[in-house]
Amino acid sequence: MDPELIDDCVHCGFCLPTCPTYVLWGEEMDSPRGRIHLMKQHVEGTPLTDEMAGHFDACLGCMACVTACPSGVRYDKLIEQTRAEVEREHVREPSDRALRELVFQLFPYPRRLRAMRLPLRLSAGLRRRIAPGLERVNPSLAAMADLAPERPSRVRLPRRVEAVGRRRATVGMLTGCVQGEFFPQVNAATARVLAMEGCEVVIPPAQGCCGALPLHSGRPEQAVRFARRTVAVFERAGVDTIVVNAAGCGSTMKEYAEIFEGIGDGEWAGRARAIRAVDLAEYLAELGPAARRHPLPLAVAYHDACHLAHAQGVRSQPRELLAAIPGLELREIAESSICCGSAGTYNLFQPEAARELGDRKAGRVLATRADLLVSANPGCTMQITSAIRRSGAAPIPVAHTAQVLDASLRGLEKVA
Amino acid sequence: MTETLDELARRLEEALPPGAVITDPVRLRTYECDGLTHHRAVPGVVVLPESAEQIAAVVRLCGEYGVPFVARGAGTGLSGGALPRTDGVLVVTSKMRRILAVDLANRRAVVEPGVTNLAITEAVREHGYYYAPDPSSQQVCTIGGNVAENSGGAHCLKYGFTVNHVLALEIVTPDGEIVTLDADDPGYDLLGAFVGSEGTLGITTKVTVRLSRAPQAVTTLLAAFKDIEQGGQAVSAIIGGGVVPAAIEMMDALAIEAAEAAVACAYPRGAGAVLIVELDGPAAEVAHQFAEVERVCLDSGAFELRTAAGPEERAAIWKGRKSAFAAVGRISPAYIVQDGVVPRTALPEVLASIDRLSAEHGIRVANVFHAGDGNLHPLVLFDDAEPGAGERAELVSGRILDLCIEHGGSITGEHGVGVDKSRYMPKMFTDDDLDTMQLVRCAFDSRGLSNPGKIFPTPRLCGEVPGVRKGVHPLVESGRAEQF
Ligand SMILES: Cc1cc2nc3c(=O)[nH]c(=O)nc-3n(C[C@H](O)[C@H](O)[C@H](O)COP(=O)(O)OP(=O)(O)OC[C@H]3O[C@@H](n4cnc5c(N)ncnc54)[C@H](O)[C@@H]3O)c2cc1C
Ligand code: SF4
Ligand code: SF4
Repeated sequence: MDPELIDDCVHCGFCLPTCPTYVLWGEEMDSPRGRIHLMKQHVEGTPLTDEMAGHFDACLGCMACVTACPSGVRYDKLIEQTRAEVEREHVREPSDRALRELVFQLFPYPRRLRAMRLPLRLSAGLRRRIAPGLERVNPSLAAMADLAPERPSRVRLPRRVEAVGRRRATVGMLTGCVQGEFFPQVNAATARVLAMEGCEVVIPPAQGCCGALPLHSGRPEQAVRFARRTVAVFERAGVDTIVVNAAGCGSTMKEYAEIFEGIGDGEWAGRARAIRAVDLAEYLAELGPAARRHPLPLAVAYHDACHLAHAQGVRSQPRELLAAIPGLELREIAESSICCGSAGTYNLFQPEAARELGDRKAGRVLATRADLLVSANPGCTMQITSAIRRSGAAPIPVAHTAQVLDASLRGLEKVA
Repeated sequence: MTETLDELARRLEEALPPGAVITDPVRLRTYECDGLTHHRAVPGVVVLPESAEQIAAVVRLCGEYGVPFVARGAGTGLSGGALPRTDGVLVVTSKMRRILAVDLANRRAVVEPGVTNLAITEAVREHGYYYAPDPSSQQVCTIGGNVAENSGGAHCLKYGFTVNHVLALEIVTPDGEIVTLDADDPGYDLLGAFVGSEGTLGITTKVTVRLSRAPQAVTTLLAAFKDIEQGGQAVSAIIGGGVVPAAIEMMDALAIEAAEAAVACAYPRGAGAVLIVELDGPAAEVAHQFAEVERVCLDSGAFELRTAAGPEERAAIWKGRKSAFAAVGRISPAYIVQDGVVPRTALPEVLASIDRLSAEHGIRVANVFHAGDGNLHPLVLFDDAEPGAGERAELVSGRILDLCIEHGGSITGEHGVGVDKSRYMPKMFTDDDLDTMQLVRCAFDSRGLSNPGKIFPTPRLCGEVPGVRKGVHPLVESGRAEQF
């Protein structure tokens, strides 16, 4: 943990009201300012106690504090370093360890993930802990808007999708592990939208996890390995721009160069810098519309994914893209900057806090009385749909920005 | 922990919900300071109560064990008011953040002490109302803290401080009794005495605030000047001309630099000072005053004027000012936020003296201030890694307060005295003044358990005769006061 980064914090507290755990519990130790203080204590020699580790583990890594901080404190860097330190130094309970091991051996690997969608063959204890996480996976797929036509169980994406009309650009596309497995129709929509907007889309088949999952959970070595592989894959594909539709992946890929620099790997940092990762909405807003938008008479609530809004600063672009669709009415969700509790693997490791945040978000979403919820992150989508289901309210269909655009560009009228 | 605290902690655990008593040393330390980080003390125990009854129980237990207690809201205070006692209990209100009632017909709201200042406005905004006092820390600081500090903000020039917007308080007295102080009560204005008492007269558990009607029209103007003198001249001319803006704020070049670094507020290039003037009220009046302000600014040498066309542009103009304190973190490793008041007419002279102090000691000072009422917020910048720099900064910061006193001003405009400025109290007040204040304090807190060591330079038990004087206090002697 870098003491200089810690010292940037002037203890003003401006980050407190945006921190989901502080919003829930109102305790200094579970606020960004308190966590930075704990980091400082540790750097100054206080051993990493169970209590301390608990407060770091309870951080969602939503980065709302980074957005709120007027002093430019790099909490993102700090928590990354801290998580790695916790993994190195802290001895976890055996059951906790087993669960973590399982998740890190599973989620970043698409093929293993696919196998898991079949009934789980796990020890009973583990299954009980992980079950809620899995249980929400398939029903939430069912609750998705049928914006996309028939949803095949697997969508095979071609290696290359030609631009429709005049070619304006050539871009690579990240398929992502969770997005690719659980929401293949989002990837299909993404590719179609890009093509209809005049992009030739290159989709290398051999891509795996981009490294986001291990990076945000204190496993830098695994993250670096994945990052190298991802860079290499897209280098080979011959593209210098990668369009990413999952917020968590996008924020990590934008950090590649910094990550490599952090371990003193100048060569890979250079290679990473030669490739630009960009969020889909960010890219489309920059590119400007070419294809015709057909009307979609819908009230849409847009959900800010933390890794998009806070980590990448992408807030206005998706809203502009949606609002530009004729007939579509955009509604704001109250407390939009507060995390829904999904936060990567958080809902698996901190189920209670995740649940509370999910319920809070579900309430705010339902209050908009929108016809459709738009969320640009697979984790958020699963989290919010399951919270809404839990509340007993009528399910609200959820779609990715790409799916809404896809429906509008293709003139689909059948929208939930 | 001492035995007494150990036992007290056990009793507190019985009286409070599970998890509401913190004794783990690592956790306790996160409460060691407020927004003023160079005063630190690890609290003996931290409690997180959820109701007035629970706070009363805590206070009574503290009384039983003779242990001091300190209230804390969000811990954004800038004078060390919420500095804990190592031998005491820190009572944190951060779990008490419900808005209990909104009564638009009577323009009032009742809230718990841990509700943030901004949350009140957010709760009533859609109905065209707001809570007027607006400290820059409004999204974080609690109403309980605001009451304790009598906090103000940019718009207090026209609308007044917290004390003008609190209608009633429910407090737990240092004896552990729950009482209500109401502005409409006949007799002594106890509410007035309590507001600004920095937690030394008891703990606020409920606040009834006045809601104000959002003005019909608001116009915000940003004027850029070559230097701070021109800006100061414009301020004097505006107010001298009879216009009372809702706010009139000034920032100097260094403060602008910090704000640019933090939030890219894009103020006019090359400005040695910017003035933000906000006018509000009936549309016709605002339009008239606006023309006047514009003319005065140009006459005083403004080289660029910007007017906000809507809420977004207004927010853009304010963004730099609102973030200025925290933003200096971008241009300096450490800093001291000072808070003092000078008569508006003395502004130019005092600013010139601050400049000289700064040059003399090699310490940069960024100036941000509520120019309308002469409330200065000099930000004294230093590098804490450089040996001696901290001391020099302290010296400059202290000298600035001396300047305020010399010019007939005050050692605090809105951040309070706390621990940080208690030593300046004797420079501003006579012993008799201070003794009289002690008597008020003792009337509420005869054992001196409620936030002891704050405001007054030498903590005294109320039974002791204040000051160096021997014998009976003159006020007691003359029959005007009673000693407890
Ligand atoms: C960046 C920044 C900008 C600021 N700008 C302004 C500004 O523009 N104007 C301004 O006036 N202040 C400003 N402040 C100072 C601070 O925000 C105010 O003093 C605020 O009122 C403190 O509220 P808090 O909840 O943080 O209180 P704390 O810091 O927790 O406590 C402050 C004092 O109040 C007492 N207290 C707290 N709660 C209670 C209670 N329930 N009952 C009794 N006593 C209590 C404490 O004992 C302490 O003495 C600023 C601070 C920062 C960090
Ligand atoms: S990342 Fe999110 S949860 Fe973690 S401290 Fe920051 S605001 Fe809180
Ligand atoms: S807002 Fe930034 S400087 Fe202020 S307490 Fe939070 S992290 Fe520290």
